[in-house]
Amino acid sequence: MKAYLNRRYHFSASHRLQTDAYDAAKNRALFGKCNNPHGHGHNYTVQITVSGQVDPATGMVCNLADLDAFAQENLLSRFDHTNLNTLDAFANRVSTTENLSIEVYRIFQSFPAAHLERVHIEETSNNSFDYAGLVQPAPGTI
Amino acid sequence: MIFLTRKAEFSSAHYYWNDAWSPEKNQQVFGKCANRNGHGHNYTLEVTVAGEIDPVTGFVVDLKELKDILESEGRQRLRPPSPQPRSPRVQGRHPHHRKHRHRHLAPPRQQIPNAKLHRVRVYEMPDLFADYYGEP
Repeated sequence: MKAYLNRRYHFSASHRLQTDAYDAAKNRALFGKCNNPHGHGHNYTVQITVSGQVDPATGMVCNLADLDAFAQENLLSRFDHTNLNTLDAFANRVSTTENLSIEVYRIFQSFPAAHLERVHIEETSNNSFDYAGLVQPAPGTI
Repeated sequence: MIFLTRKAEFSSAHYYWNDAWSPEKNQQVFGKCANRNGHGHNYTLEVTVAGEIDPVTGFVVDLKELKDILESEGRQRLRPPSPQPRSPRVQGRHPHHRKHRHRHLAPPRQQIPNAKLHRVRVYEMPDLFADYYGEP
């Protein structure tokens, strides 16, 4: 019996939207106040969805403690209270939440105990992003 | 493909009524939602668009553009009507037309550059919402 497990994590980070491909004026025009030189921050919420067969002995898709430990080591300890622009993942990519979604998906693809279905990231209470990899998500799942 | 969701809120009144039915049947089917003086909700509109990331900007779409579309196409079209019709455009509209407005919330697809409309979700209240993905 396959089931889906959703877990939400929270971290706070700063960033600045800026691309070296454009000059200062064009960056300002494109990114607006998100291009302010000293950056700004968000309280990000990351929702991870993993799936798998429910283990008949434990009743679990995977042990939540394992998922939490993985998230702590690979997501929270690396991203919480940092400036995203300083991380390797954004050395050559703008630190938009679109690109953050792909990076978080890449990270959780390595979680060994369940299959990653998708990531959902809330940048603010009004904006959110979903990424399910290169496959088209099943109808109604996003 | 990235799915991007933007949220907007508006408040509006409506009531449920089918002119083809008797008042008794309307009351029976729709209950207190058929009260003729209407009632209101704080609606939350979510529009989800899907597209690929622009390699230079890191955007699927400019969120401000999407916000502006929601403002102009969603919220402003659904703002509360004035008590008296002010222009020929609104004269002759019966208020109960508003009960069908959920279907018209989707921004025109051609207005969203580099992305396509994926889903519209309307919360009537936090515990009740409807999704529409368009017709295949």
